[in-house]
Amino acid sequence: MSTQADPMNTRIEGPSPAMAVALDMARRSLWLLPVIVVVSAAFWGVNGVASTLYALAIVVINFLLAGWLLAVTGRISAALMGAAALFGFLLRLGLIFLAVFAVKDASWIEFVPLGITLILTHLVLLFWEMRHVSASFAFPGVKPGVTPNPYLPDN
Amino acid sequence: MSAITNAAATVLAQADVAEQTADEAKSISAASGAGMAYGLAAIGPGIGIGYLVGQAVQAMARQPESAGQVQTTMFLGIAFTEALALIGFVVFILLKFV
Repeated sequence: MSTQADPMNTRIEGPSPAMAVALDMARRSLWLLPVIVVVSAAFWGVNGVASTLYALAIVVINFLLAGWLLAVTGRISAALMGAAALFGFLLRLGLIFLAVFAVKDASWIEFVPLGITLILTHLVLLFWEMRHVSASFAFPGVKPGVTPNPYLPDN
Repeated sequence: MSAITNAAATVLAQADVAEQTADEAKSISAASGAGMAYGLAAIGPGIGIGYLVGQAVQAMARQPESAGQVQTTMFLGIAFTEALALIGFVVFILLKFV
């Protein structure tokens, strides 16, 4: 017996886990903030701090935009969510390019800390979230008490 | 005497032109390299995200009750794959602007 799968008519009902994950990562970025400010100030001074903060903002907005796109389109159809994930990737790459291009001549921009922060914060936040998600999947009964998230169902 | 001066001026002018040409060639090759790095770095993640999302949508359509778990894993997978494109982008800005 084969299972009928129709992505066009399948809707993702309820709160969006993608948005919840994105909000969680945005919250965790606040913990990273003092560390990266101190490190960039030590190596690149005030301009480095400004560039680092700009890169962190790009990473967080990128995650939130990705989560929001998946949340909105998932309520319409799973297939549309797939399209949004793929074209959203191109859209977000373009937006990151524009965000960096817009400040390329600014007096405070330092490209090395900007680039390092873009890659490192993206990966650190992802690994941090992955650990949390893996623990939640493996031990669903021992989730830590987190702040109420409007995008998650009541536990 | 003036012929010697003229010849020296010509040689100096040619050296300037050669230096400018070398600078231009360097900047053109840096721009091409940066563009190639960015473009090629976006292709792989594009294919990866397409495959990942296609399989996740299939899974959600087959088992809507596990859509939450699948969507969480899919989101993390997309973000990890996107990190490759970000690395390409950083290489691009370092080649282009530094």
